[in-house]
Amino acid sequence: MTSALALPSTEEEIWRYSRIDELDMSKFATGKLTTTVEGGEGVQLTGIAATALVGAGMHVQPDMFAQLNTDTPDVIALHIGKNKVHTQTVVITHSVDKSGVVAYPRLVIDAAENSEIVVVERFTSADSVHSLVIPVVEVHAAQSARVTYLAINELGKNTWQIGHQVAVGERDSNVRLFTVALGGDYARMRAEVRLVGQGASAQQTALYFADGTQMHDFRTLQVHEAPRTHSDLLFKGAVKDTSKSVYTGLIKITENGTKTEAFQTNRTLTLSRGAWAESVPNLEIETNDVKCSHASTVGPIDDDQRFYLESRGVPPEIAERLVVFGFFDEVIDRLPQSEFLAGIRDKVIAKLGGAK
Amino acid sequence: MSTLEIRDLHVSVGGTQILNGITLTINSGEVHAVMGPNGAGKSTLSAAIMGKPGYEVTGGSVKLDGQDVLAMPTWQRAVAGLHLVMQYPTEVPGVKLSEVLSEALVARHATLPNLNKTINEEAARISFDSELVNRAVNVDFSGGEKKRNETLQLAVLKPKIAILDELDSGLDIDALRDCAKRVEDATNETGMGALVITHYSRLFEELKPDFVHILAKGRIVKSGGPELADELERDGYAAYAITA
Repeated sequence: MTSALALPSTEEEIWRYSRIDELDMSKFATGKLTTTVEGGEGVQLTGIAATALVGAGMHVQPDMFAQLNTDTPDVIALHIGKNKVHTQTVVITHSVDKSGVVAYPRLVIDAAENSEIVVVERFTSADSVHSLVIPVVEVHAAQSARVTYLAINELGKNTWQIGHQVAVGERDSNVRLFTVALGGDYARMRAEVRLVGQGASAQQTALYFADGTQMHDFRTLQVHEAPRTHSDLLFKGAVKDTSKSVYTGLIKITENGTKTEAFQTNRTLTLSRGAWAESVPNLEIETNDVKCSHASTVGPIDDDQRFYLESRGVPPEIAERLVVFGFFDEVIDRLPQSEFLAGIRDKVIAKLGGAK
Repeated sequence: MSTLEIRDLHVSVGGTQILNGITLTINSGEVHAVMGPNGAGKSTLSAAIMGKPGYEVTGGSVKLDGQDVLAMPTWQRAVAGLHLVMQYPTEVPGVKLSEVLSEALVARHATLPNLNKTINEEAARISFDSELVNRAVNVDFSGGEKKRNETLQLAVLKPKIAILDELDSGLDIDALRDCAKRVEDATNETGMGALVITHYSRLFEELKPDFVHILAKGRIVKSGGPELADELERDGYAAYAITA
């Protein structure tokens, strides 16, 4: 079935720089992930109630992969009731156990008025697993709801990911979407927030680090459809060896989005001569009276910073480690407290350690 | 007793010859002031001694207690006992001074059992807000805070010879006095030698030079005692800046 659909190609602007041309869907048969959910008591729906929630935050399919997921989703649905605070973090762990599988995990987070929830979703696989994960997470934050979502990609080096994060924020809601991407062979994430209610706010934050021949590919969208909405995006990453990263971001403010503030920053460190990164920020503003900024940089470690530390007597490899951690510090500061992030420094050190 | 010997040092930057043969010997406890007009090569001298990328030594030698400094990478020059106080200290986002000092001491195989205590004591000595020690180095620091930070590092790392590149630029009178006095104290307490690069003699109210050298067109054109600084204060550099 799936192979009958036409794949996008790098001829299309939104797939430019991607590795989509390498994808052969006929190599994969639809299968399941091994998934555990902890801390979902009281908010996790089952059966028809769960499937009925699909579409709560994403009613238009942004591309063929989102459509495939919507056609045959493995649904985890969380609904948090009005005025409720779910004090326990919901932790969802997916594991891809065998090769030749394409899986469609679907997470729906539906937060009713003035509710609060924190969800961590982890994706893992062994390096030997050649599979494809096409996850979709959709978030609906009703008036004054507060949703924190953290995705951790710890996939093995032969697993592909083509994912979507879509969030809709109503009046005075706050949505925070975090991504930590260390794994995967080609790992793409399209992350969209739509602020549809006055005073809604969203933060999107990502830390990514590719090495070997990995590629991390991010497409972000900050859509402001209501007045006095606020979005702040910070994506910081590093590429090493012959790995690659792509960031393309759009801030879109419709004519209703007056007095909106929207910020977008993407910075990528290239740690090896053979590594490559691209960053393309865009603005599309249809009204006046907004405050907007975007910034992007791609480049090696700053020579002056390196010299400053070395001139104090810090050896080059330690100086590099300090500067890279310093670079990520701003992102790590924003990440929510999570036991799954405790080892992140070590993982980054391990990636740095093998610098060629 | 340590000696930094600079012999006939030639340095070019981007293919342009900046230093045309500098010879200077700095012993422990001595303060050598190098003064000169803009463009004389003062900052190039400090950068070349520390091995900053882009500064190409085209001739001459630099030795610290007989060791060939120019053969060492920058970090080993610092470990060997040289320390550069920068004119414009670099901001290093996300890296704390305490981390930098801790790694710098590890590289020296020096263990300070109570680094934080030492930092706090040294910070108090120069009126540096010790809270800043746990903030990113130089990021959003005022001019005075940057120079106090540089001076604090010097006080903790105790170099044999310090090179101070315009310690007096970009800071107020109080900070200048605190920093200059701390450097002067180091020359007395630990016998640190100092190569002090400056435009102005106001620095010398607290930091007393034993020798004053005038640098112009990449050469030392005159050397003398502290009285030479007074002469410059009175007459300016005009007599030395004339095209040769």
